Amino acid sequence: MPPMEQQKLSGRPLVGQAISRLEGYEKVTGAARYSGEFNVKDLLYGYVINSTITKGKIISIDTSKAEAIPGVITVFHHGNRPSLAWFSMQYADMDAPPGTPFRPLQNGEVKYNGQPIALLVADSFETARYAATLVKVVYTTEEFQTDLIGNMAKARAPKGGLATFLKPPPPKPFGDFEKAFEAAPFKATGKFIHGTEHHNPMELFTTTTVYNGKGKLTIYDKTQGTVNCQLYVANVFGLHFKDVRVISPYVGGAFGSGLRPQHQLFFSVMAALELKRNVRVTLDRHQMFTFGHRPPTVQFTRFGATVDGKVTALNHEAIAETSRFEDYTEVVVNWAHMLYPAQNTLFKYNLVPLDVFSPLDMRAPGGSTGLHAIESTMDELAYQLKIDPLELRLINYAERDESTDRPYSSKELRKCYLQGAEQFGWNKRSPEPRSMRNGHKLVGYGMATGIWEAMQLPARAAASITTEGKLKVNSAVTDIGTGTLTVMSQIAADEMGLPLEDVSFTYGDSKMAFAPIQGGSFTISSVGSAVKAACNALKKKILKKAKTMDNSPFKSHKIDEVVFADRKMISIANPSVFISYSDIIAANDHKVIKSVNFAMPKALKLKKYSRAAHSASFVEVEVDEELGTINVTRAVTAVAAGKIINPKTAKSQILGGMVWSISKALREETISDHRFGKYMNMNIAEYHIPVHADIHDLDVIFVEEQDDIVNELGTKGVGEIGLAAMPSAIANAIYHATGKRINQFPIHFDQLL
Amino acid sequence: MQDALAKINISQKHRAVAGGTNLIDLMKYFITDAAELVDVNTIPQHHAIEELPDGGLRLGALTTNAETAYHPLVESRYPLLSKAILAGASAQIRNMATNGGNLMQRTRCYYFYDVNTPCNKRTPGSGCAAIGGYNRTMAIMGTSEHCIAVFPSDMCVALAALNAVVNIEGPDGDRQLPFADFHRLPGDTPHLDNNLKDGELISSIDLPAEGFPQHYSYLKLRDRNSYAFALVSVATAFELCDTGISKARIALGGVAHRPWRVTEAEVFLNGKDPVRVNFEAAADIILQGAVPFEHNAFKIELAKRAIVRNCMMALDPDTQLPGAQPSH
Ligand SMILES: Cc1cc2nc3c(=O)[nH]c(=O)nc-3n(C[C@H](O)[C@H](O)[C@H](O)COP(=O)(O)OP(=O)(O)OC[C@H]3O[C@@H](n4cnc5c(N)ncnc54)[C@H](O)[C@@H]3O)c2cc1C
Ligand code: SF4
Repeated sequence: MPPMEQQKLSGRPLVGQAISRLEGYEKVTGAARYSGEFNVKDLLYGYVINSTITKGKIISIDTSKAEAIPGVITVFHHGNRPSLAWFSMQYADMDAPPGTPFRPLQNGEVKYNGQPIALLVADSFETARYAATLVKVVYTTEEFQTDLIGNMAKARAPKGGLATFLKPPPPKPFGDFEKAFEAAPFKATGKFIHGTEHHNPMELFTTTTVYNGKGKLTIYDKTQGTVNCQLYVANVFGLHFKDVRVISPYVGGAFGSGLRPQHQLFFSVMAALELKRNVRVTLDRHQMFTFGHRPPTVQFTRFGATVDGKVTALNHEAIAETSRFEDYTEVVVNWAHMLYPAQNTLFKYNLVPLDVFSPLDMRAPGGSTGLHAIESTMDELAYQLKIDPLELRLINYAERDESTDRPYSSKELRKCYLQGAEQFGWNKRSPEPRSMRNGHKLVGYGMATGIWEAMQLPARAAASITTEGKLKVNSAVTDIGTGTLTVMSQIAADEMGLPLEDVSFTYGDSKMAFAPIQGGSFTISSVGSAVKAACNALKKKILKKAKTMDNSPFKSHKIDEVVFADRKMISIANPSVFISYSDIIAANDHKVIKSVNFAMPKALKLKKYSRAAHSASFVEVEVDEELGTINVTRAVTAVAAGKIINPKTAKSQILGGMVWSISKALREETISDHRFGKYMNMNIAEYHIPVHADIHDLDVIFVEEQDDIVNELGTKGVGEIGLAAMPSAIANAIYHATGKRINQFPIHFDQLL
Repeated sequence: MQDALAKINISQKHRAVAGGTNLIDLMKYFITDAAELVDVNTIPQHHAIEELPDGGLRLGALTTNAETAYHPLVESRYPLLSKAILAGASAQIRNMATNGGNLMQRTRCYYFYDVNTPCNKRTPGSGCAAIGGYNRTMAIMGTSEHCIAVFPSDMCVALAALNAVVNIEGPDGDRQLPFADFHRLPGDTPHLDNNLKDGELISSIDLPAEGFPQHYSYLKLRDRNSYAFALVSVATAFELCDTGISKARIALGGVAHRPWRVTEAEVFLNGKDPVRVNFEAAADIILQGAVPFEHNAFKIELAKRAIVRNCMMALDPDTQLPGAQPSH
């Protein structure tokens, strides 16, 4: 439907409006129920027992003391577990990297510290947790390695596989990097070290499995993919796909940790099937550190430029941790050449398998890692050249993606730079490091660029006009707190010409129309397009029905000759000819009109373009000259991400990413002790994320960007782009303030003493 | 009250629970062996804040950290204490945490909390994993080969500087301990944090009349601006007269197994001008003999600078920022 026409007929479209999230009331009043809050009758509680060694074998498990505790039902372990799927493949979920997925309780082998090795089931969580301490496990131990830095010599290329579809390997080299770098009059190099991070969403991973008898299960799970979990459970436990229903109505944050089914799902289902009872398994905060994490990395950069600042040589190499059983990869080194059109490039990405659990996508995986190295090396180059860092970006602005030799479907990064700089007051920056101050504080300005690929996956949605003439839409997609419910409702309402209150979007249930896992910033483009497609199919059905009515004035109308507005279908040629949805339903014998449709990315067309959201962040820091303490006093992030469906929820995404940037650059780290092969700060008192007192003035700009290629909605997604640029901008601002270039994250203030 | 004491006296397995903000966490990690908790909150005498005849102030052991910090007499006469308390934990925790519990809280050493690693404090004789491990947060003063843990309290740093006295009730009667004698160094008994005996309870804490309301400052340096334990903290108080400093108090937190005070440095400052060079000299005296470990050498330099800065801040308390951050 032509948008202008619709606007004329029904007022302002909802898409583009800053609508508050529709489930906000439920969330702030506590009415929203999360997976651990479905209090079904006769519930049993499972508590996971974790290995206390890093590598070796379980010799024996003595459960007698635990089982003597009143309330304890049983202890499951590798020695007494039910038989499970035989092939590793059956444990592979939609997000499984190449390798053999971890299989809980497969055998007595311990592959990493904290591995779940048993499940104690009792009639209360507290009893289960206490009794779990009485289970005595005897191991033989083997030597292990968990230290990336100490094992870099073992780096090797990752295995190929399906995963490379969304995570392509490094681009091929161009020209002759070594020669060009050698010849470049200006050079900047860096070694960047990032530690392990854990997602730590506020909501703990919990599964409540309701046993419906005869192998039928209703599972309330914390996940980013209901269908993914349904598939996993059906495969692993040999159940019929349709007998497994996974529901996830609210998700208290996940940040990637819910992309793969986590082991509490496995345990809850196993116990429910075996005991034929309802079973809940909750991981405690400590156990939230016993599955996926952002892998530690070491990166090396070498950039060369001409005297006038043209980058001629780009080299970016990364070495990342993975587990011994899967080759988890992320896109770390592919960005530099997408941003800067150098003629000579060299990119490498290698893995070191260690005795840890497989890493897992964590918000802006790879991007937030790689862009720190790229953008801080660009910053260094700017200082060497004595060119303003922003100017250097403009000198090297890529009009097309040289790494794949394709045009961008749209790219308004220049506007991000200019509008962001303007809003921030970048022109007040004095070029020299340590040249700005405020009392005891050195003041620094830093900026950096962000980029994140705009992806779309196939997804389905179902739409129907109810007997009351209202619209119902559903999709199995989750809402991980991003505002999915709200934006899908907006899209559907506009498509059908309805006010928001006439639309109900239901989601988070594997029974509903298929949706992929919710991640990679691709939900709006994938599921949003499916919602649009389902509505379009519904419109055709409505027209078809209208044509069958006696004396129908629509008999000769084609679908592009009608609009859907004001709860009606209206003839464009003659707006006095219309039929309301309730009349259509009446004509349909008061039966619901339904449609289900797929939205597929238009692969052939898309292949011709690079598609990415862009951003630019500008940051002011104050560093106490004597004590080193760092405050991010101001920051502006300007984003070009295509059509913004809802500026309010989108802004919240970017703000969240900016807070996380402060976290990444200055706060969070999982501390390891490699002598024990384990993490040491497995709680959120010691795993530091920012507190209110760390957050000052944050500003978001969405620049206008029209994209007719990327998908039907013109959206690029905003989930990760907020975390792409700003960590590096913080490091760059610290350099400007202090003259110290710290390339290790998080930056500790004592490094500035 | 006698009832509670009697119960606590029965065996070590009975533990007093006040706010529960530390004890319950320890129980969740199965670090304490407490078999039964005795709720001491029912002892009304331990709740009050009352003036003492000598001009001092008595803080009930069961008075919460928040009530204490915001009490008008504490705010006006002992602002250093108020600032130190408010630099600790979070508003929610301070509302629950009690003064007695604050003195008794245990170290935050990572290894102490992980029952699968050696720790002499948790399991005497098992070794100290922190010495050869990740020790960025650990002590630089008064350590032993058995333990290098830090006592984490902020409140107690101010209490040390203010020469507080701990009032104790026990099966053998009441007694008093000067604050400096309350907490212990690890030595070869790191499992003992302090000199309270089994079966004893803290009833209150006495503050002497001298509260340094004119010139004081608490500075806390940590990995985030709130809700993190100190890497280094400093409580400073001065009395100034025409000829310079007439009395000085400097106590450090985050550097030792107890609040750290070196009276020689305070004596050195007596009669001196309140200027940077003198503060630097005092800092050197205090940090003499500091011993770093692999990851915490920065604490020595940081502590020196923090002492100097906090002395400067104490001269002009109005410049202090919330959260005991460095002033502008
Ligand atoms: C996440 C977190 C962050 C924190 N950050 C800080 C910080 O930055 N700075 C800081 O100073 N503190 C901090 N704290 C610690 C907090 O101040 C202490 O937990 C609190 O003061 C303990 O008081 P409570 O009443 O809750 O003690 P409880 O937990 O009830 O008891 C602690 C111990 O004291 C004993 N006890 C209690 N009352 C008495 C008594 N009257 N006589 C004898 N023994 C007694 C108990 O038996 C127990 O062994 C933090 C705590 C947490 C959980
Ligand atoms: S420093 Fe003390 S508390 Fe920490 S591991 Fe060593 S003995 Fe235990």
